[in-house]
Amino acid sequence: MAETNKVIMLGNEAIARGAYEAGVKVSAAYPGTPSTEISEYLVQYKDSLYCEWSPNEKVATEVAVGASIAGTRAMACMKHVGFNVAADPAYSVSYMGVNGGLVIVVADDPGLYSSQNEQDTRMVARAAKLPVLEPADSAEAKEYMKLAFEISEKFDRPVVYRTTTRLAHSQGIVELEDRQELPDKAYIKNIQKTVMMPVNAKIRHAEIEKRNEELAEAANTLSVNRVEMNDTKIGVITSGIPYQYVKEALPKASVLKLGMVNPLPRRLIEDFAAKVETLYIVEELDPVIEEQVKSWGIKAVGKEIFTVEGEYSANMLREAVLKEELSVGEPAKAPGRPPILCPGCPHRSVYYVLNKLKLHAAGDIGCYTLGAVAPLSVVDTTMCMGSSISTLHGMEKAKGKEYIKDWVAVIGDSTFLHTGVNSLMNMAYNHATGTVLILDNSTTGMTGHQDHAATGKTLQGDPAYAVDISALCCALGIKRVTEVDAFDIETLEKTVKEELAADEVSVIITKSPCVLLSKAKKPLYLAHADKCKACGMCMKPGCPAMTKHADGTVRIDDTMCTGCGLCESLCKFGAIELVKEGRR
Amino acid sequence: MAAKNIMIVGVGGQGTLLTSRILGVLATLGGYDVKLSEVHGMAQRGGSVVTFVRYGEQVAEPIVEEGQADVIIAFERLEALRYAHFLKKDGALIVNDWRIDPMPVVIGAAKYPEKILETLEKDHKVYVVNATEEAKKLDNPRVFNLIVLGVAAQHMDFTREQWYEVIEKTVPPKTVDINKKAFDVGYHL
Repeated sequence: MAETNKVIMLGNEAIARGAYEAGVKVSAAYPGTPSTEISEYLVQYKDSLYCEWSPNEKVATEVAVGASIAGTRAMACMKHVGFNVAADPAYSVSYMGVNGGLVIVVADDPGLYSSQNEQDTRMVARAAKLPVLEPADSAEAKEYMKLAFEISEKFDRPVVYRTTTRLAHSQGIVELEDRQELPDKAYIKNIQKTVMMPVNAKIRHAEIEKRNEELAEAANTLSVNRVEMNDTKIGVITSGIPYQYVKEALPKASVLKLGMVNPLPRRLIEDFAAKVETLYIVEELDPVIEEQVKSWGIKAVGKEIFTVEGEYSANMLREAVLKEELSVGEPAKAPGRPPILCPGCPHRSVYYVLNKLKLHAAGDIGCYTLGAVAPLSVVDTTMCMGSSISTLHGMEKAKGKEYIKDWVAVIGDSTFLHTGVNSLMNMAYNHATGTVLILDNSTTGMTGHQDHAATGKTLQGDPAYAVDISALCCALGIKRVTEVDAFDIETLEKTVKEELAADEVSVIITKSPCVLLSKAKKPLYLAHADKCKACGMCMKPGCPAMTKHADGTVRIDDTMCTGCGLCESLCKFGAIELVKEGRR
Repeated sequence: MAAKNIMIVGVGGQGTLLTSRILGVLATLGGYDVKLSEVHGMAQRGGSVVTFVRYGEQVAEPIVEEGQADVIIAFERLEALRYAHFLKKDGALIVNDWRIDPMPVVIGAAKYPEKILETLEKDHKVYVVNATEEAKKLDNPRVFNLIVLGVAAQHMDFTREQWYEVIEKTVPPKTVDINKKAFDVGYHL
């Protein structure tokens, strides 16, 4: 292969490339860090394949299953918690098997860079009896996609392809190859395999147990389950990104690198274990490999010395395995810098009003989760996608409607369409009275601005029908639906008060596009120190473009201001002025 | 050669991602094995952000750990302070002399440390540049990161032509000229 075919690629880009080269015809996904970029890179191949943003991971997985039944290679992509949403189809398609190869890409987030929990997808996949592949760098990320489809078709199993943040968001060298253009498999009606009613599912269960045994046997000679024999004092079984830490910290050790982590190659592991003095099992998160290996009576060291929390590193292994004392300088004392809402974010304006009214919010998943921290301090709960609305409903049913007069639910537009709709339907149906704010910023913000069913555009860039969120709420049975400009704080305050007072469910849709969406030149506001009375009003929303000087007067950082004007509307002394229309 | 370890630290939104990608492509052109590690999602939203670039004959781990960085490029003073202990003994710390208050400072729950540069200079080789002010002189405050990169380039083994080639390959086409100009400002400081 020519040198020019070597390029540096993000793990997620390499996964997309691997899918393309593997001849994938259909891909469906819902954005979620760290999986989002797979679809964003895949769309460049739209002349050869179809890809979409689905409203949630369950839908995405079912779309992929449909494409597989129809005889093409198909995949669904999601983050680990999205796999919970997709669990229903995942557990049952496991029984059905595939026609065209089917791969479910699931990205875990050890270290919780952008997630609400640290669950281990291998556990879920094992429970669903699905095979799991796990690459360790960008080159493998591409190759393993092809392997995943081959295994899927050869063993009639949907395959879970597991990555982690560090793999998904690291770049490495990848060698590009051509796309395999595969003929579609014929669809042959076979309800014993595709209709999971009890009589069929019972037979399929036996069938897939057999298939998994065959796969476990084949795993012993699978090329990606690789022994690197070296010094036999230390032997390590590892997979994925931790393999890189092992190579860095223990270059002399013998290593069994598992590319397929479910089912495990028992014979290969037993042979390897017999050859080394001390066997370590190095896997981030849960002891999935370790517990199985130990259950076979093999002596190994694992979670006794390695944590089940967060990411690993080479230094961690140097300390834990080699007992090295690292001479590393102490970190300086520095105030933390937690993530915050951007300057000009419309959520800040809404939260300013909710904070002023001393309200609690049942929150949801998105940038607006950041409304939990000071100085906004509005969000009291955040659990999972769509949960804000149902949580508020549960509170009312527990304590009565007066109890939630100082509560609202807040949910973003994309999250509302993901799984919030069902919860709102439930409120209308079960006689609730709560107030729901849909923070509509016309995008899926946190993950980096993906389109959804209400933006009027598809992943492939085609115009599409845009769901009318207001009309949708009405159709669910909500009679009080109001749309308010997110930056019109007076109207918003009045509306929130009115709707909280009402004795039925209300929806307030606060509208203003995400400040990062618009490429238009933005105005600039500056503060006049001579007019500033140091009252601190403009500092209340916690805009990062504003700083307070020692004398209490305020300055605006002209490199950060996006001209939203929220501070100006709060200043009673005319100290904040619009100085430029459309500055950049 | 042993892998060269570079870190770019800053505040989410300052362009650490683009800068690390420029370095990644640069090292690829140099014929090295390269790994780099980025930050996406919630952590990007105005938070403390660090990206790692490693290149050499063969690179395993995609991250740089404490005490291992040859060069740290810091887009903000407080972030320079936060990550300085990642530097090797003789590593170079390039600091954009700029302050962005984190939320705990904005709301008065914490103090922005005084005399950060002086503190850092006690233990490290520090190269200070006021790239944000220099970028304003170019009438484009957003290209400050290329100015900082220009300063960092003085401490790395690539030619100006190689840097130019990578800038052409990585930044949006319309901004190639201004980014090259910004790079030169730093390169000649």
